[in-house]
Amino acid sequence: MAIKTQPVTVNLGPQHPSTHGVFRMRVMFDGEEIVDVEPVFGYLHRGSEKLAEERTYTQIVTLTDRMDYVSSMLNNQAYILAVEKLAGIEPSPRGVWLRMIAAELQRIASHLVATGFLIQDLGALGTPLIYAMREREGILDLFEMLCGARITNSYLRPGGVFMDAPDEFWPALDRGLDDIVRTIDELETYLSGNEIIFSRTKGTAVLPPELLINASITGPMLRASGVDWDLRHRAPYDYYDKISFERKLHTASDNYARYWVRIQESRESVKIIKQCIEQIEPGSVRPSFDDVPRLIRPPVGDAYAAIEGSKGELGFYLVSDGGIAPYRMHVRASSLINLTLLRDMLIGGQFGDLFVTFGSIDLNMGEVDR
Amino acid sequence: MIGLGLPRGFIVTLKNFIRPAVTEQYPDRHVGLLGAAKEAGMNPFQFLIKKPADSLKAIAGLATVPVAVKQSSRFRGNEFVFFEDRCTACASCAKYCPLGIIEIVSVPGKIDAQEGESYKLEVFDIDIGRCMFCGLCVEACPYDALHMGTSFERSKYVRDELIITKEELFDAPKRPSSFYRPQFEENAFDPFKETVDDFHDAGRHEQPSAEDLKKKWVDER
Repeated sequence: MAIKTQPVTVNLGPQHPSTHGVFRMRVMFDGEEIVDVEPVFGYLHRGSEKLAEERTYTQIVTLTDRMDYVSSMLNNQAYILAVEKLAGIEPSPRGVWLRMIAAELQRIASHLVATGFLIQDLGALGTPLIYAMREREGILDLFEMLCGARITNSYLRPGGVFMDAPDEFWPALDRGLDDIVRTIDELETYLSGNEIIFSRTKGTAVLPPELLINASITGPMLRASGVDWDLRHRAPYDYYDKISFERKLHTASDNYARYWVRIQESRESVKIIKQCIEQIEPGSVRPSFDDVPRLIRPPVGDAYAAIEGSKGELGFYLVSDGGIAPYRMHVRASSLINLTLLRDMLIGGQFGDLFVTFGSIDLNMGEVDR
Repeated sequence: MIGLGLPRGFIVTLKNFIRPAVTEQYPDRHVGLLGAAKEAGMNPFQFLIKKPADSLKAIAGLATVPVAVKQSSRFRGNEFVFFEDRCTACASCAKYCPLGIIEIVSVPGKIDAQEGESYKLEVFDIDIGRCMFCGLCVEACPYDALHMGTSFERSKYVRDELIITKEELFDAPKRPSSFYRPQFEENAFDPFKETVDDFHDAGRHEQPSAEDLKKKWVDER
Protein backbone atom coordinates (compact mmCIF):
# COMPACT_ATOMS: atom_id res chain seq x y z
CA MET A 1 0.00 0.00 0.00
CA ALA A 2 1.40 3.37 -1.01
CA ILE A 3 1.54 6.00 1.67
CA LYS A 4 -0.29 9.14 0.71
CA THR A 5 1.78 12.29 0.93
CA GLN A 6 1.20 15.86 0.01
CA PRO A 7 3.79 18.49 -0.98
CA VAL A 8 5.13 20.62 1.82
CA THR A 9 7.37 23.66 1.47
CA VAL A 10 10.32 23.97 3.79
CA ASN A 11 12.57 26.98 4.18
CA LEU A 12 16.27 26.11 4.53
CA GLY A 13 18.63 28.82 5.62
CA PRO A 14 19.86 31.48 5.28
CA GLN A 15 21.53 30.87 8.63
CA HIS A 16 22.20 27.18 8.34
CA PRO A 17 25.55 25.46 8.90
CA SER A 18 25.22 23.30 5.79
CA THR A 19 24.60 26.10 3.34
CA HIS A 20 28.29 27.12 3.31
CA GLY A 21 27.51 30.70 4.19
CA VAL A 22 24.27 32.59 4.04
CA PHE A 23 22.20 30.90 1.37
CA ARG A 24 18.51 30.21 1.41
CA MET A 25 16.53 27.55 -0.38
CA ARG A 26 12.76 27.20 -0.49
CA VAL A 27 12.34 23.50 -1.07
CA MET A 28 9.07 21.71 -1.81
CA PHE A 29 9.06 18.09 -0.71
CA ASP A 30 6.69 15.32 -1.55
CA GLY A 31 7.55 12.80 1.12
CA GLU A 32 11.30 12.35 0.80
CA GLU A 33 11.41 13.50 -2.80
CA ILE A 34 12.30 17.04 -3.81
CA VAL A 35 9.65 18.51 -6.09
CA ASP A 36 10.78 22.10 -6.40
CA VAL A 37 13.71 24.24 -5.30
CA GLU A 38 13.94 27.98 -5.30
CA PRO A 39 17.38 29.38 -4.43
CA VAL A 40 17.46 32.79 -2.77
CA PHE A 41 20.81 34.49 -2.47
CA GLY A 42 22.29 37.92 -2.01
CA TYR A 43 22.56 37.89 1.77
CA LEU A 44 26.33 38.40 1.63
CA HIS A 45 26.29 41.14 -0.98
CA ARG A 46 28.89 43.77 -0.14
CA GLY A 47 29.02 45.61 -3.44
CA SER A 48 32.65 44.80 -4.20
CA GLU A 49 32.26 45.65 -7.87
CA LYS A 50 30.86 49.07 -7.07
CA LEU A 51 33.45 49.70 -4.35
CA ALA A 52 36.16 48.98 -6.90
CA GLU A 53 35.08 51.99 -8.93
CA GLU A 54 36.43 54.37 -6.33
CA ARG A 55 39.67 52.62 -5.50
CA THR A 56 42.98 52.62 -7.31
CA TYR A 57 44.11 49.51 -9.14
CA THR A 58 46.43 48.41 -6.36
CA GLN A 59 43.87 48.98 -3.63
CA ILE A 60 41.32 46.73 -5.34
CA VAL A 61 43.58 43.73 -4.61
CA THR A 62 42.35 43.94 -1.02
CA LEU A 63 38.74 43.69 -2.22
CA THR A 64 39.37 40.58 -4.29
CA ASP A 65 40.63 38.72 -1.21
CA ARG A 66 37.21 38.96 0.29
CA MET A 67 35.25 37.60 -2.65
CA ASP A 68 36.08 33.91 -2.50
CA TYR A 69 37.63 33.81 0.92
CA VAL A 70 38.87 30.23 0.72
CA SER A 71 40.89 30.92 -2.42
CA SER A 72 42.09 34.51 -2.06
CA MET A 73 45.36 33.95 -3.92
CA LEU A 74 43.49 32.75 -7.01
CA ASN A 75 41.25 35.82 -6.89
CA ASN A 76 44.34 38.02 -6.60
CA GLN A 77 45.88 36.25 -9.57
CA ALA A 78 42.84 36.65 -11.81
CA TYR A 79 42.51 40.32 -10.95
CA ILE A 80 46.20 41.07 -11.42
CA LEU A 81 46.21 39.34 -14.80
CA ALA A 82 43.34 41.58 -15.88
CA VAL A 83 45.19 44.69 -14.70
CA GLU A 84 48.38 43.62 -16.47
CA LYS A 85 46.44 43.04 -19.66
CA LEU A 86 44.68 46.40 -19.35
CA ALA A 87 47.78 48.46 -18.58
CA GLY A 88 50.21 46.44 -20.69
CA ILE A 89 52.49 45.56 -17.79
CA GLU A 90 55.29 43.08 -18.33
CA PRO A 91 55.54 41.05 -15.10
CA SER A 92 58.80 40.01 -13.44
CA PRO A 93 59.57 36.32 -14.00
CA ARG A 94 60.31 35.53 -10.37
CA GLY A 95 57.12 37.23 -9.29
CA VAL A 96 55.14 35.13 -11.75
CA TRP A 97 56.70 31.88 -10.50
CA LEU A 98 56.00 32.88 -6.90
CA ARG A 99 52.40 33.68 -7.62
CA MET A 100 51.97 30.40 -9.46
CA ILE A 101 53.27 28.54 -6.40
CA ALA A 102 50.94 30.54 -4.17
CA ALA A 103 47.98 29.95 -6.47
CA GLU A 104 48.51 26.19 -6.65
CA LEU A 105 48.88 25.99 -2.87
CA GLN A 106 45.62 27.88 -2.58
CA ARG A 107 43.95 25.50 -5.02
CA ILE A 108 44.95 22.55 -2.83
CA ALA A 109 43.65 24.35 0.25
CA SER A 110 40.35 25.11 -1.47
CA HIS A 111 39.92 21.53 -2.70
CA LEU A 112 40.70 20.21 0.78
CA VAL A 113 38.02 22.44 2.26
CA ALA A 114 35.57 21.35 -0.44
CA THR A 115 36.27 17.68 0.22
CA GLY A 116 36.10 18.04 3.97
CA PHE A 117 32.79 19.83 3.92
CA LEU A 118 31.34 17.47 1.32
CA ILE A 119 32.03 14.53 3.61
CA GLN A 120 30.71 16.48 6.55
CA ASP A 121 27.48 17.09 4.66
CA LEU A 122 27.26 13.32 4.24
CA GLY A 123 27.04 13.06 7.99
CA ALA A 124 30.64 12.23 8.90
CA LEU A 125 30.82 14.95 11.52
CA GLY A 126 34.35 15.96 12.20
CA THR A 127 36.97 13.42 11.25
CA PRO A 128 37.53 13.98 7.49
CA LEU A 129 36.92 17.70 7.85
CA ILE A 130 39.46 17.96 10.64
CA TYR A 131 42.04 16.01 8.62
CA ALA A 132 41.50 18.32 5.66
CA MET A 133 41.56 21.46 7.78
CA ARG A 134 44.74 20.31 9.52
CA GLU A 135 46.50 20.16 6.18
CA ARG A 136 45.03 23.48 5.09
CA GLU A 137 46.50 24.95 8.26
CA GLY A 138 49.98 24.07 7.02
CA ILE A 139 49.28 25.83 3.74
CA LEU A 140 48.04 28.90 5.58
CA ASP A 141 51.25 28.91 7.62
CA LEU A 142 53.17 29.01 4.34
CA PHE A 143 51.06 31.98 3.26
CA GLU A 144 51.84 33.71 6.53
CA MET A 145 55.53 33.29 5.79
CA LEU A 146 55.07 34.71 2.31
CA CYS A 147 52.88 37.70 2.97
CA GLY A 148 52.03 37.98 6.66
CA ALA A 149 48.38 37.04 6.39
CA ARG A 150 46.54 33.76 6.27
CA ILE A 151 43.23 34.40 4.55
CA THR A 152 43.19 37.97 3.27
CA ASN A 153 46.55 37.69 1.59
CA SER A 154 46.76 40.66 -0.83
CA TYR A 155 50.08 39.16 -1.86
CA LEU A 156 50.01 40.02 -5.53
CA ARG A 157 50.71 43.38 -7.09
CA PRO A 158 50.55 44.47 -10.73
CA GLY A 159 53.71 43.01 -12.21
CA GLY A 160 54.42 40.31 -9.66
CA VAL A 161 54.29 40.01 -5.90
CA PHE A 162 55.19 42.58 -3.27
CA MET A 163 58.01 40.74 -1.56
CA ASP A 164 60.28 37.81 -2.21
CA ALA A 165 59.78 34.62 -0.23
CA PRO A 166 61.88 34.44 2.93
CA ASP A 167 64.71 31.92 3.17
CA GLU A 168 62.84 29.65 5.54
CA PHE A 169 59.95 29.37 3.07
CA TRP A 170 61.61 26.91 0.68
CA PRO A 171 62.43 24.12 3.18
CA ALA A 172 59.01 24.65 4.76
CA LEU A 173 57.40 24.32 1.32
CA ASP A 174 59.21 21.02 0.67
CA ARG A 175 58.03 19.65 4.01
CA GLY A 176 54.55 20.99 3.39
CA LEU A 177 54.31 19.27 -0.01
CA ASP A 178 55.25 15.93 1.55
CA ASP A 179 52.58 16.46 4.19
CA ILE A 180 50.01 17.33 1.55
CA VAL A 181 50.76 14.19 -0.45
CA ARG A 182 50.50 12.09 2.70
CA THR A 183 47.18 13.66 3.64
CA ILE A 184 45.76 13.16 0.16
CA ASP A 185 46.85 9.50 0.30
CA GLU A 186 45.12 9.21 3.64
CA LEU A 187 41.95 10.86 2.37
CA GLU A 188 41.94 8.55 -0.63
CA THR A 189 42.55 5.45 1.47
CA TYR A 190 39.63 6.01 3.71
CA LEU A 191 37.24 7.98 1.53
CA SER A 192 37.66 6.84 -2.08
CA GLY A 193 37.06 3.21 -1.21
CA ASN A 194 34.50 3.72 1.48
CA GLU A 195 31.27 1.82 0.84
CA ILE A 196 29.13 4.38 2.63
CA ILE A 197 30.46 7.15 0.44
CA PHE A 198 29.93 4.94 -2.63
CA SER A 199 26.32 4.32 -1.77
CA ARG A 200 25.59 7.91 -0.91
CA THR A 201 27.39 9.73 -3.73
CA LYS A 202 27.49 7.38 -6.73
CA GLY A 203 24.65 7.98 -9.14
CA THR A 204 23.22 11.00 -7.36
CA ALA A 205 22.71 14.35 -9.07
CA VAL A 206 23.93 13.17 -12.45
CA LEU A 207 24.28 15.95 -15.00
CA PRO A 208 24.77 15.30 -18.73
CA PRO A 209 27.84 17.01 -20.26
CA GLU A 210 25.69 18.80 -22.85
CA LEU A 211 23.69 20.52 -20.13
CA LEU A 212 26.88 21.52 -18.30
CA ILE A 213 28.35 23.04 -21.45
CA ASN A 214 25.12 24.87 -22.27
CA ALA A 215 24.97 26.30 -18.78
CA SER A 216 28.66 27.36 -19.08
CA ILE A 217 29.66 25.38 -16.03
CA THR A 218 33.43 25.19 -15.57
CA GLY A 219 35.95 23.71 -13.24
CA PRO A 220 35.86 20.36 -11.46
CA MET A 221 32.12 20.06 -12.09
CA LEU A 222 32.69 20.08 -15.84
CA ARG A 223 35.75 17.82 -15.73
CA ALA A 224 33.79 15.33 -13.66
CA SER A 225 31.56 14.81 -16.69
CA GLY A 226 34.44 13.98 -19.00
CA VAL A 227 34.82 17.31 -20.78
CA ASP A 228 38.51 18.16 -21.07
CA TRP A 229 38.39 21.87 -20.32
CA ASP A 230 41.08 23.40 -18.18
CA LEU A 231 42.15 26.98 -18.83
CA ARG A 232 45.64 26.21 -17.59
CA HIS A 233 45.93 23.91 -20.60
CA ARG A 234 43.54 25.50 -23.10
CA ALA A 235 44.54 29.15 -22.66
CA PRO A 236 47.73 29.14 -20.61
CA TYR A 237 48.23 32.25 -18.54
CA ASP A 238 51.36 33.10 -16.50
CA TYR A 239 53.90 30.32 -17.17
CA TYR A 240 51.56 27.35 -17.34
CA ASP A 241 52.79 26.66 -20.87
CA LYS A 242 56.16 25.73 -19.34
CA ILE A 243 54.53 23.23 -17.00
CA SER A 244 53.32 19.76 -17.86
CA PHE A 245 50.47 18.28 -15.89
CA GLU A 246 47.68 15.80 -16.40
CA ARG A 247 44.04 16.78 -16.60
CA LYS A 248 42.08 14.38 -14.47
CA LEU A 249 38.73 13.48 -15.93
CA HIS A 250 35.89 11.34 -14.69
CA THR A 251 32.93 10.39 -16.81
CA ALA A 252 30.23 9.61 -14.26
CA SER A 253 29.30 13.27 -13.59
CA ASP A 254 27.81 12.42 -10.21
CA ASN A 255 28.71 13.62 -6.75
CA TYR A 256 31.43 11.00 -6.40
CA ALA A 257 33.05 12.06 -9.67
CA ARG A 258 33.21 15.68 -8.50
CA TYR A 259 34.83 14.62 -5.26
CA TRP A 260 37.28 12.35 -7.12
CA VAL A 261 38.31 15.06 -9.58
CA ARG A 262 39.10 17.48 -6.75
CA ILE A 263 41.28 14.97 -4.94
CA GLN A 264 43.19 14.10 -8.13
CA GLU A 265 43.61 17.75 -9.03
CA SER A 266 45.24 18.41 -5.67
CA ARG A 267 47.83 15.76 -6.55
CA GLU A 268 48.48 17.45 -9.88
CA SER A 269 48.86 20.79 -8.12
CA VAL A 270 51.63 19.30 -5.99
CA LYS A 271 53.39 18.23 -9.19
CA ILE A 272 52.97 21.73 -10.65
CA ILE A 273 54.48 23.33 -7.54
CA LYS A 274 57.46 20.96 -7.75
CA GLN A 275 58.05 21.99 -11.36
CA CYS A 276 57.75 25.66 -10.36
CA ILE A 277 60.39 25.18 -7.66
CA GLU A 278 62.71 23.65 -10.24
CA GLN A 279 62.22 26.40 -12.79
CA ILE A 280 62.12 29.47 -10.53
CA GLU A 281 64.86 31.95 -11.36
CA PRO A 282 66.48 34.65 -9.21
CA GLY A 283 65.73 38.29 -9.80
CA SER A 284 63.38 40.97 -8.67
CA VAL A 285 59.81 40.04 -7.83
CA ARG A 286 58.14 43.11 -9.26
CA PRO A 287 59.03 45.73 -11.86
CA SER A 288 60.59 48.95 -10.61
CA PHE A 289 58.34 51.82 -9.69
CA ASP A 290 59.56 53.66 -12.78
CA ASP A 291 57.94 51.01 -14.96
CA VAL A 292 54.90 50.26 -12.84
CA PRO A 293 54.08 53.16 -10.52
CA ARG A 294 51.89 52.76 -7.49
CA LEU A 295 49.18 54.80 -9.16
CA ILE A 296 48.51 53.09 -12.46
CA ARG A 297 46.64 54.98 -15.16
CA PRO A 298 45.84 52.41 -17.86
CA PRO A 299 44.88 53.67 -21.32
CA VAL A 300 41.21 53.88 -22.23
CA GLY A 301 39.92 50.43 -23.04
CA ASP A 302 38.80 47.19 -21.51
CA ALA A 303 40.37 43.84 -20.69
CA TYR A 304 39.15 40.44 -19.60
CA ALA A 305 41.45 37.90 -18.01
CA ALA A 306 40.41 34.52 -16.71
CA ILE A 307 42.16 31.82 -14.76
CA GLU A 308 41.26 28.29 -13.85
CA GLY A 309 40.17 28.95 -10.31
CA SER A 310 39.50 26.29 -7.74
CA LYS A 311 35.80 26.37 -8.62
CA GLY A 312 35.91 27.09 -12.31
CA GLU A 313 36.74 29.88 -14.68
CA LEU A 314 37.32 32.98 -12.60
CA GLY A 315 37.44 36.09 -14.74
CA PHE A 316 37.79 39.79 -14.16
CA TYR A 317 36.54 42.31 -16.68
CA LEU A 318 37.91 45.82 -16.27
CA VAL A 319 36.92 48.95 -18.14
CA SER A 320 39.25 51.92 -17.91
CA ASP A 321 38.44 55.52 -18.73
CA GLY A 322 42.03 56.57 -18.34
CA GLY A 323 41.72 57.44 -14.67
CA ILE A 324 43.30 56.00 -11.57
CA ALA A 325 40.30 53.78 -10.82
CA PRO A 326 38.44 51.42 -13.14
CA TYR A 327 35.27 52.75 -14.70
CA ARG A 328 33.64 49.36 -14.20
CA MET A 329 34.74 46.04 -12.81
CA HIS A 330 32.84 42.85 -13.40
CA VAL A 331 33.65 39.48 -11.93
CA ARG A 332 32.78 36.25 -13.66
CA ALA A 333 32.19 34.39 -10.44
CA SER A 334 32.46 30.68 -11.06
CA SER A 335 30.46 29.79 -7.96
CA LEU A 336 27.48 31.84 -9.06
CA ILE A 337 27.40 30.29 -12.52
CA ASN A 338 27.89 26.77 -11.15
CA LEU A 339 24.95 27.41 -8.86
CA THR A 340 22.57 27.89 -11.77
CA LEU A 341 22.19 24.13 -12.23
CA LEU A 342 21.03 23.63 -8.66
CA ARG A 343 17.44 22.94 -9.71
CA ASP A 344 18.49 20.38 -12.31
CA MET A 345 20.65 18.62 -9.75
CA LEU A 346 18.16 18.55 -6.92
CA ILE A 347 14.70 18.05 -8.40
CA GLY A 348 13.77 14.42 -8.35
CA GLY A 349 16.40 13.61 -5.76
CA GLN A 350 16.07 12.61 -2.16
CA PHE A 351 15.99 14.91 0.83
CA GLY A 352 19.12 13.29 2.28
CA ASP A 353 21.11 14.10 -0.84
CA LEU A 354 20.16 17.75 -0.84
CA PHE A 355 23.12 19.09 1.10
CA VAL A 356 25.53 16.55 -0.36
CA THR A 357 24.69 17.76 -3.84
CA PHE A 358 24.87 21.31 -2.66
CA GLY A 359 28.30 20.67 -1.17
CA SER A 360 29.56 18.94 -4.30
CA ILE A 361 29.14 22.20 -6.29
CA ASP A 362 31.75 23.66 -3.89
CA LEU A 363 30.35 27.13 -3.84
CA ASN A 364 31.39 29.99 -1.73
CA MET A 365 28.79 32.55 -0.84
CA GLY A 366 31.37 35.32 -0.68
CA GLU A 367 31.91 34.80 -4.38
CA VAL A 368 28.26 34.21 -5.29
CA ASP A 369 27.02 37.43 -3.72
CA ARG A 370 30.25 39.48 -3.89
CA MET B 1 37.52 -3.47 -3.54
CA ILE B 2 34.08 -3.58 -2.03
CA GLY B 3 34.12 -4.77 1.54
CA LEU B 4 37.62 -3.61 2.41
CA GLY B 5 36.92 0.13 2.35
CA LEU B 6 35.62 0.47 5.87
CA PRO B 7 38.38 -1.52 7.62
CA ARG B 8 41.02 0.40 5.67
CA GLY B 9 39.42 3.63 6.74
CA PHE B 10 39.45 2.59 10.36
CA ILE B 11 43.17 1.79 10.14
CA VAL B 12 43.74 5.38 8.97
CA THR B 13 41.71 6.83 11.80
CA LEU B 14 43.54 4.58 14.25
CA LYS B 15 46.89 5.83 12.97
CA ASN B 16 45.71 9.41 13.41
CA PHE B 17 44.47 8.56 16.87
CA ILE B 18 47.98 7.56 17.89
CA ARG B 19 49.91 10.39 16.25
CA PRO B 20 50.61 13.49 18.36
CA ALA B 21 47.90 16.11 18.42
CA VAL B 22 48.41 19.21 16.32
CA THR B 23 46.11 21.35 18.43
CA GLU B 24 47.73 24.53 19.64
CA GLN B 25 46.79 25.44 23.17
CA TYR B 26 46.32 29.16 23.60
CA PRO B 27 46.87 31.32 25.67
CA ASP B 28 47.96 28.76 28.28
CA ARG B 29 48.70 25.08 28.19
CA HIS B 30 48.42 22.53 30.95
CA VAL B 31 51.67 21.14 32.31
CA GLY B 32 52.52 18.34 34.69
CA LEU B 33 55.10 18.45 37.43
CA LEU B 34 58.05 18.24 35.05
CA GLY B 35 56.78 21.07 32.88
CA ALA B 36 56.02 23.31 35.84
CA ALA B 37 59.49 22.70 37.29
CA LYS B 38 61.08 23.47 33.95
CA GLU B 39 59.09 26.67 33.72
CA ALA B 40 60.27 27.69 37.22
CA GLY B 41 63.84 26.88 36.22
CA MET B 42 64.67 24.16 38.76
CA ASN B 43 64.72 20.39 38.79
CA PRO B 44 61.56 18.52 39.91
CA PHE B 45 62.87 17.55 43.37
CA GLN B 46 63.86 21.13 44.16
CA PHE B 47 60.48 22.25 42.92
CA LEU B 48 58.67 19.72 45.13
CA ILE B 49 60.50 20.91 48.23
CA LYS B 50 60.60 24.64 47.57
CA LYS B 51 57.13 25.11 46.14
CA PRO B 52 54.88 22.40 47.59
CA ALA B 53 51.64 24.23 46.79
CA ASP B 54 52.57 24.73 43.15
CA SER B 55 53.77 21.16 42.75
CA LEU B 56 50.51 19.84 44.22
CA LYS B 57 48.67 21.96 41.69
CA ALA B 58 50.86 20.61 38.91
CA ILE B 59 50.30 17.00 40.00
CA ALA B 60 46.54 17.61 40.06
CA GLY B 61 46.79 18.89 36.48
CA LEU B 62 45.80 22.45 37.27
CA ALA B 63 49.09 24.21 36.51
CA THR B 64 49.30 26.20 33.30
CA VAL B 65 52.11 28.00 31.56
CA PRO B 66 51.73 30.69 28.89
CA VAL B 67 52.39 29.65 25.32
CA ALA B 68 54.72 31.49 22.99
CA VAL B 69 52.78 32.02 19.77
CA LYS B 70 54.40 30.66 16.64
CA GLN B 71 54.11 33.41 14.07
CA SER B 72 55.93 34.46 10.99
CA SER B 73 58.00 37.62 11.43
CA ARG B 74 56.07 39.06 8.48
CA PHE B 75 52.81 38.84 10.41
CA ARG B 76 50.62 41.84 9.61
CA GLY B 77 49.13 42.65 12.95
CA ASN B 78 48.15 45.20 15.52
CA GLU B 79 49.31 47.75 16.33
CA PHE B 80 51.36 49.90 14.00
CA VAL B 81 54.95 50.71 14.91
CA PHE B 82 55.64 54.33 14.20
CA PHE B 83 58.91 56.24 14.43
CA GLU B 84 58.07 59.89 14.57
CA ASP B 85 61.67 60.91 14.00
CA ARG B 86 61.65 59.20 10.64
CA CYS B 87 58.31 60.65 9.53
CA THR B 88 58.34 63.63 7.19
CA ALA B 89 54.53 63.95 7.19
CA CYS B 90 54.35 63.27 3.46
CA ALA B 91 50.94 61.57 3.96
CA SER B 92 51.74 58.80 1.47
CA CYS B 93 50.22 56.31 3.90
CA ALA B 94 46.99 58.28 4.12
CA LYS B 95 46.76 58.53 0.34
CA TYR B 96 47.46 54.86 -0.18
CA CYS B 97 45.04 53.52 2.43
CA PRO B 98 42.06 51.89 0.65
CA LEU B 99 39.70 52.89 3.44
CA GLY B 100 41.05 56.33 4.25
CA ILE B 101 41.38 55.72 7.96
CA ILE B 102 44.66 57.56 8.54
CA GLU B 103 44.28 61.19 9.52
CA ILE B 104 47.31 63.45 9.23
CA VAL B 105 47.61 67.13 10.12
CA SER B 106 51.01 68.70 9.59
CA VAL B 107 52.61 72.13 9.84
CA PRO B 108 55.96 73.32 8.44
CA GLY B 109 58.93 73.74 10.69
CA LYS B 110 60.87 70.61 11.52
CA ILE B 111 64.46 69.68 10.83
CA ASP B 112 64.45 66.06 9.80
CA ALA B 113 67.17 63.45 9.56
CA GLN B 114 66.46 62.45 5.99
CA GLU B 115 64.97 65.43 4.28
CA GLY B 116 66.41 68.29 6.25
CA GLU B 117 63.59 70.78 6.42
CA SER B 118 60.27 69.03 6.62
CA TYR B 119 56.80 69.15 8.02
CA LYS B 120 55.98 68.63 11.65
CA LEU B 121 53.33 66.13 12.54
CA GLU B 122 50.47 67.52 14.59
CA VAL B 123 47.92 64.73 14.34
CA PHE B 124 48.49 61.15 13.26
CA ASP B 125 45.44 59.03 14.00
CA ILE B 126 44.79 55.51 12.72
CA ASP B 127 41.29 54.11 13.12
CA ILE B 128 42.23 50.51 13.85
CA GLY B 129 38.57 49.59 14.17
CA ARG B 130 38.14 49.96 10.41
CA CYS B 131 41.60 48.76 9.44
CA MET B 132 41.86 45.55 7.44
CA PHE B 133 45.64 45.17 7.82
CA CYS B 134 46.37 45.04 4.13
CA GLY B 135 49.70 46.77 4.73
CA LEU B 136 49.44 49.19 1.82
CA CYS B 137 50.25 52.18 4.07
CA VAL B 138 53.44 50.46 5.19
CA GLU B 139 54.30 49.69 1.58
CA ALA B 140 53.80 53.34 0.66
CA CYS B 141 55.98 54.81 3.42
CA PRO B 142 59.15 56.05 1.68
CA TYR B 143 61.15 56.60 4.89
CA ASP B 144 60.29 53.42 6.82
CA ALA B 145 58.58 55.43 9.54
CA LEU B 146 55.50 53.23 9.70
CA HIS B 147 55.69 49.47 10.18
CA MET B 148 53.14 46.77 10.79
CA GLY B 149 52.99 45.45 14.33
CA THR B 150 53.22 41.82 15.30
CA SER B 151 50.72 41.51 18.14
CA PHE B 152 47.04 40.76 17.93
CA GLU B 153 45.71 41.00 21.46
CA ARG B 154 44.58 44.60 21.39
CA SER B 155 40.85 44.32 21.83
CA LYS B 156 39.12 47.22 23.51
CA TYR B 157 35.75 47.71 25.16
CA VAL B 158 34.94 51.06 23.58
CA ARG B 159 35.09 51.70 19.87
CA ASP B 160 36.64 55.13 20.33
CA GLU B 161 39.66 53.57 21.97
CA LEU B 162 40.43 51.83 18.70
CA ILE B 163 41.53 55.15 17.21
CA ILE B 164 45.20 55.15 18.07
CA THR B 165 46.98 58.45 18.19
CA LYS B 166 50.57 59.60 17.72
CA GLU B 167 51.19 59.58 21.47
CA GLU B 168 49.92 56.04 21.92
CA LEU B 169 52.06 54.88 19.04
CA PHE B 170 55.05 56.62 20.59
CA ASP B 171 54.61 54.84 23.91
CA ALA B 172 53.86 51.41 22.49
CA PRO B 173 56.62 48.77 22.47
CA LYS B 174 58.31 48.82 19.11
CA ARG B 175 58.11 45.31 17.71
CA PRO B 176 57.91 45.93 13.97
CA SER B 177 56.98 43.16 11.58
CA SER B 178 59.30 42.55 8.65
CA PHE B 179 56.40 42.92 6.25
CA TYR B 180 57.75 44.93 3.30
CA ARG B 181 60.84 45.69 5.37
CA PRO B 182 63.56 43.38 4.05
CA GLN B 183 66.20 45.09 6.18
CA PHE B 184 64.80 43.38 9.28
CA GLU B 185 65.04 39.98 7.62
CA GLU B 186 68.61 40.67 6.52
CA ASN B 187 69.57 41.60 10.08
CA ALA B 188 67.73 38.51 11.41
CA PHE B 189 65.61 40.70 13.65
CA ASP B 190 63.08 38.74 15.70
CA PRO B 191 60.14 40.94 16.72
CA PHE B 192 58.94 38.40 19.26
CA LYS B 193 62.13 38.62 21.30
CA GLU B 194 63.59 42.08 20.82
CA THR B 195 62.42 45.62 20.23
CA VAL B 196 63.73 48.44 18.08
CA ASP B 197 64.65 51.25 20.45
CA ASP B 198 66.63 53.48 18.12
CA PHE B 199 64.84 54.82 15.09
CA HIS B 200 68.06 54.63 13.06
CA ASP B 201 67.89 50.85 13.15
CA ALA B 202 64.46 50.77 11.58
CA GLY B 203 65.28 52.17 8.19
CA ARG B 204 67.14 51.41 5.03
CA HIS B 205 68.73 54.86 4.80
CA GLU B 206 71.95 56.09 6.29
CA GLN B 207 71.51 59.17 8.40
CA PRO B 208 73.27 62.23 6.96
CA SER B 209 75.48 64.08 9.39
CA ALA B 210 74.32 67.32 11.00
CA GLU B 211 76.96 69.32 9.10
CA ASP B 212 75.81 67.97 5.75
CA LEU B 213 72.23 68.78 6.57
CA LYS B 214 73.09 72.31 7.64
CA LYS B 215 75.17 72.82 4.54
CA LYS B 216 72.44 71.48 2.27
CA TRP B 217 69.44 73.14 3.79
CA VAL B 218 70.70 76.29 5.52
CA ASP B 219 73.98 77.56 4.08
CA GLU B 220 73.39 76.87 0.41
CA ARG B 221 69.95 78.33 0.27
